[in-house]
Amino acid sequence: MASEEPLFDPSLKKRKKKKVDFIEDPLGADADPTKPAPETIDSTTINGEAVDLGPTTAHERMAQSGEAKSEKKDKEDEDFKAMFGDMKKKKKKKEIPLDFGDDSGTSTPLKTGEDGVPAEAATITADDLDFSDMKKKKKSKKKANFDLDAFEKELNESKAEDAAKSKPAKAEGGDEDEDEDGLEPDGSHLDNLDESELGEDPFAQPGDVPVGVDSGNEPWLKSDRDYTYPELLHRFYALLHAANPSLLSTASKKRYTIAPPQLFREGNKKSIFANVGDICKKMHRQPEHVIQYLFAEMGTTGSVDGAGRLVIKGRFQQKQIENVLRRYMVEYVTCKTCKSPDTLLTKENRIFFMACESCGSRRSVNAIKSGFQAQVGKRSRNKTG
Amino acid sequence: MSVQNLNTFDPFADEGDPLAESADVGSTSDYIHIRIQQRNGRKTLTTLQGLPKQYDQKKLLKAFKKEFACNGTLVDDEKMGQVIQLQGDQRAKISAFLVENGLDKSTIKVHGF
Repeated sequence: MASEEPLFDPSLKKRKKKKVDFIEDPLGADADPTKPAPETIDSTTINGEAVDLGPTTAHERMAQSGEAKSEKKDKEDEDFKAMFGDMKKKKKKKEIPLDFGDDSGTSTPLKTGEDGVPAEAATITADDLDFSDMKKKKKSKKKANFDLDAFEKELNESKAEDAAKSKPAKAEGGDEDEDEDGLEPDGSHLDNLDESELGEDPFAQPGDVPVGVDSGNEPWLKSDRDYTYPELLHRFYALLHAANPSLLSTASKKRYTIAPPQLFREGNKKSIFANVGDICKKMHRQPEHVIQYLFAEMGTTGSVDGAGRLVIKGRFQQKQIENVLRRYMVEYVTCKTCKSPDTLLTKENRIFFMACESCGSRRSVNAIKSGFQAQVGKRSRNKTG
Repeated sequence: MSVQNLNTFDPFADEGDPLAESADVGSTSDYIHIRIQQRNGRKTLTTLQGLPKQYDQKKLLKAFKKEFACNGTLVDDEKMGQVIQLQGDQRAKISAFLVENGLDKSTIKVHGF
């Protein structure tokens, strides 16, 4: 939940910074601006610190060997050239970073002396190597600096966040009982509960509409092979939706949505479910029935206050109420036959019947039964009630 | 391989009451209910109610306590019969445990938020 965010932050930030580091690295701050950077260097920096490029892809190798061949114009065996084309080219052009790793390893002590002096008289190869050296050194230095900076920054940020978080918790925790801190029973453990029994989520905001896919230009149409079933099925639906888009729009328009429940905290031990009336109206159910179900499911009690809000004993979050409401809808609102939420609930001889308005089916539903209620709190308080 | 259409099957034969063999149709008594109850703070209780009679609740409670590392008791209720009561939110664990040990998932009902 919210407390996890600062934990995730550092790595993200670090990665971002590192990327910037790489981008400005190839030329470096004090690289010679008059000389254009060798083109081959680019590939190394993009790849990261892997300096030893060697022969890259087979495709590139082919191309390079072809170049070399055209330059040298000797027609020896091509395999040999494909393998060593890079090296040959390097000898000629002296720009290929083939053995940067090896060279820089051996020549580092020599070249470091030249670093401070702008090496203009040096050969091209020396320059190249120099460059790689500088890059390597700078990177490590920068990384160290950056780590410190980032660490300090994170420290400050996390401190600030902690302060901001603890403030409201203290503010609301200070008014009542001492035995309860500002911690909430979080709903994260609910993630592993069975999601399938909740049906589709009516609290989700509408927006994700299935798009009509293009038809008639599938690449497999021209091929001679047998079409597979999924391909044909896909094509069928594409054509169907293209021919009558009303099917598509009704499927998306019919989505049943309900405003998410608004939950407030009253004091420390009670939650207020503010828009219970609206939600009941939307579902075409008696508020009493819904409230009875809520209390039976959550194992608490409560009351309706003057403004029509539901006061629930215990601490509940919006997500939790939402889950219970979704289960209520699966059980008492959506038609089991046609999945339509357009149903009516009537009571006949103490048995509730649910009649569907759109398909006409009618079935009895279970009565709301609250199960075993364990003894919670003081016994003496319970004796009176 | 047999051709289904040529079978001598009378579709209009009286089949009898399809619900005859299961005596308690529509009743909720055959469900195993797992409920949760809030205590003070972020403490909770989990209750397990409606276990089939062939299971020894005492032994089950012992297994639960060991498996979930929590305490619990066996409560005798006049209406509900024996109820296993565990400390903390053990709903998902109980349901997984029961399914793992051969109970049908459709008979288990997990309540609560």
